[in-house]
Amino acid sequence: MNHLQALEAHSIFILREAYAKLGRLGLLWSIGKDSTVLLWLAKKAFFGRCPFPFIHVDTSYKIPEMIVWRDKIAAELGLELIVHQNVKALAEGMGPQQGRLVCCRALKTDALNEMTRERGFDGLIVGVRRDEEGSRSKERVFSERNREDEWDYANQPPELWGQFKTDFPQGHHIRVHPLLQWCELDIWRYIEREGMPLIDLYFARDGERYRSLGCAPCTGRIKSQARTIPEIIAELERTSVGERAGRAQDQEDAYAMQKLRRDGYM
Amino acid sequence: MTLSTDLTADLTADRIAAPNCAADKSRELFKLVFVGHVDHGKSTVLGRLLLDAGALPQGAVDRVKTVAAETGQPFEPAHLLDAFEEERRQGITIDSTQLQFRTARRGYVVIDAPGHKEFLKNMISGASEAEAAFLVVDAQRGVEEQTRRHARMLSLLGVNQVGLVVNKMDLAGWDQQVFERIAGELTEFLQAVGLTPAVATPVAALEGDNVSRPSARLAWFRGPTLLEALDGLTKISPDAGPLRLPLQAVYRFDERRILAGRVESGAVRRGEEILISPGGKRTKVAALAAWLDRDLREQAGPGESIGLVAADEFFNRRGEIVSRPDDAPLVTDRFKASLFWMGRRPLQIKRRYKLKLATAEAEAEVAQILRLVDSSTLKPLAADRGEIGADETAEVEIRLQKPLALDLFSRSKATGRFVIVDGFDVAGGGVVTSAEEGLTAESGFFEGALRARCEVFEEFYYDLGEMNVNKAPGPRPLYGVGDPTPLKGRSYEYPEFFDIVVFRDKMVVKIRRGLVAGLTPLDQHAYEGLPMVNGRGFALQVKSTEDWRLARAEWAEMTPEAEPLLAARWLDFTAYRRIPFGRGDLVI
Repeated sequence: MNHLQALEAHSIFILREAYAKLGRLGLLWSIGKDSTVLLWLAKKAFFGRCPFPFIHVDTSYKIPEMIVWRDKIAAELGLELIVHQNVKALAEGMGPQQGRLVCCRALKTDALNEMTRERGFDGLIVGVRRDEEGSRSKERVFSERNREDEWDYANQPPELWGQFKTDFPQGHHIRVHPLLQWCELDIWRYIEREGMPLIDLYFARDGERYRSLGCAPCTGRIKSQARTIPEIIAELERTSVGERAGRAQDQEDAYAMQKLRRDGYM
Repeated sequence: MTLSTDLTADLTADRIAAPNCAADKSRELFKLVFVGHVDHGKSTVLGRLLLDAGALPQGAVDRVKTVAAETGQPFEPAHLLDAFEEERRQGITIDSTQLQFRTARRGYVVIDAPGHKEFLKNMISGASEAEAAFLVVDAQRGVEEQTRRHARMLSLLGVNQVGLVVNKMDLAGWDQQVFERIAGELTEFLQAVGLTPAVATPVAALEGDNVSRPSARLAWFRGPTLLEALDGLTKISPDAGPLRLPLQAVYRFDERRILAGRVESGAVRRGEEILISPGGKRTKVAALAAWLDRDLREQAGPGESIGLVAADEFFNRRGEIVSRPDDAPLVTDRFKASLFWMGRRPLQIKRRYKLKLATAEAEAEVAQILRLVDSSTLKPLAADRGEIGADETAEVEIRLQKPLALDLFSRSKATGRFVIVDGFDVAGGGVVTSAEEGLTAESGFFEGALRARCEVFEEFYYDLGEMNVNKAPGPRPLYGVGDPTPLKGRSYEYPEFFDIVVFRDKMVVKIRRGLVAGLTPLDQHAYEGLPMVNGRGFALQVKSTEDWRLARAEWAEMTPEAEPLLAARWLDFTAYRRIPFGRGDLVI
């Protein structure tokens, strides 16, 4: 097996463990490249079926093309799609002008936690990777969240030999991270190998492209001429700038992600 | 919004590595863990290594520099790995970090494990995945408690490739004798736990001496830099051993019935015969399934997550293991193991825990502690105290509430190791060191802790060469509740509803519609008017409740001398059995 085959096989193993051991299960689909790879892996793991719903936490500030593409792919692949918004916070005028971390917390973290509780999920599959930022580099594959959706990062359970955290009190849930050991280039090489669908915001137009997708007001484009996947791979092989450098919320504070993620952020 | 992040501005072609991404499409990726006592500088060594390799994104390095400047601290490479605020403040690693980087030779996943005693479980989580380990020792402080404990854990976890790093050589005056004394002492300890160090190297990580560049201050050292030492390790090839495919699930999304799982070792090929344990069912691989046609294949090897369609449909379930018939795992409900405990409360002997082995689960208890040792000093502790405390290791005998398919760890890693769950948490782990063959030798039935050995489905034949009645060779299956049974064979045929009376185990097995319905102790079983056979498959001539009472009483008193008489009175050989002819392995 080569490197990509090994990554694929391990992620499929994790998805099947989650489906076998966790009761109500959903997959967080952010429309970005990572969770779209996750979607593809789920199709492979379950032989074309996806035996759980796909969830999009929609802040209403997403780049508009993302919503169009989301609905198109969901229809094409026959996905059971759940779109959830923090309606109350939006009605009260929540937005990035109130502070980026406040906004992320309300429209992403709170919305996600609200949906998890409403639907009684025991497990949420999330496409985070260790190489994205520090607090994710310390994640477990099966990562427990308590009734308040908090992550007790200083006291994580042991995880060894493919034996994951599958025992937990009722009301807690597990964040399942099948892509934890993938890195950004792996994702791109896999997308290239598989010829799978991907939103075109990642490809350069007028000398700019998105490297990471999020909400329109807080996600920056990078200068780039990469219009194809091989060009993106070539570009990434030579850069030393971090993937999330264009994500404004990360730069708010040295421990911004740790704090957001402690409270349930993906 | 456009940020000023400009990717094209950093197109230096001579970089050692792409940030954060270790492997290209085809090159090998090596998993390496750094362990050792708290404060001996594991994170600093690793931070320095990554920094020198240019493996960290500029943003991450800048952020650490900013925090250092804000707090008036010197730049500390360890903070590149210690991402949590608490870790940087306290200057310790709380949880393992995994990062990737690349050398000219290959890609690495490096795991930084915490050295504090309190976080041993996090060290184990990190180290359990590694192919090799580096033990980091402070030159000034020498070998300490966690240095030895981590070495012991590596040997238990099966991480056999170990290197030594003597760090902070600056604090020891760059003294060759200090390095040699520490390396010698540690080598001796490693040998006591069954490990031989592959390499030992002195470094001063804070300033980078001998990490990725040789240092003039260590001119007396002729060996490799740390980076060269890494590249000198051997990649252990994926396990070619016996076929082991633990089932994760059986899917029935459409007309196909797909057995899903990951091949842990060996290879599985279309058309080949397989055995599914502990059920003991034999069938052939009809196909390997895939969503996309281009993923369809004829065979699969170690590490592959596959879907297998069997030629015969049996009642299969998660936890069973697919193997070749002639190279099967053991099926047993008791075994001996080396165990380590990391639970908050001690493991109690004879208390029920959940045991997870590959994809199987069973209730289990430690029946006996054979030997208990302090994992750091290796000093024996009193084994008779009936419990195993945190950070202790022990040799134990484990009993399961139902038989599982498993292997000795020395034979197959993935199916020879297990974890123990206490309450909601994985609190211990272990490897199978020896297993009793008790259940594998005999087929039979089980329900929870109840057992009934029997040979009702064994084939007997008259060997024309030997002029003897022989038992045909074949699998010795174990049947659990709900399992279908082979009612018709070449030498027997049973009705769909009957009871099997196993006098030697004092147990009655109920077969209903051909499925195992359950086990009842002999003295609690009431005659239900169904046909009865004994444990060999001979009809038991019981036609009434009174017969049943009498039969039980007489067989309970049975002596070897009385057996032929009892058999003549109660048993009918030909009701369900016949004896076909055969010669050697050839049976008609």
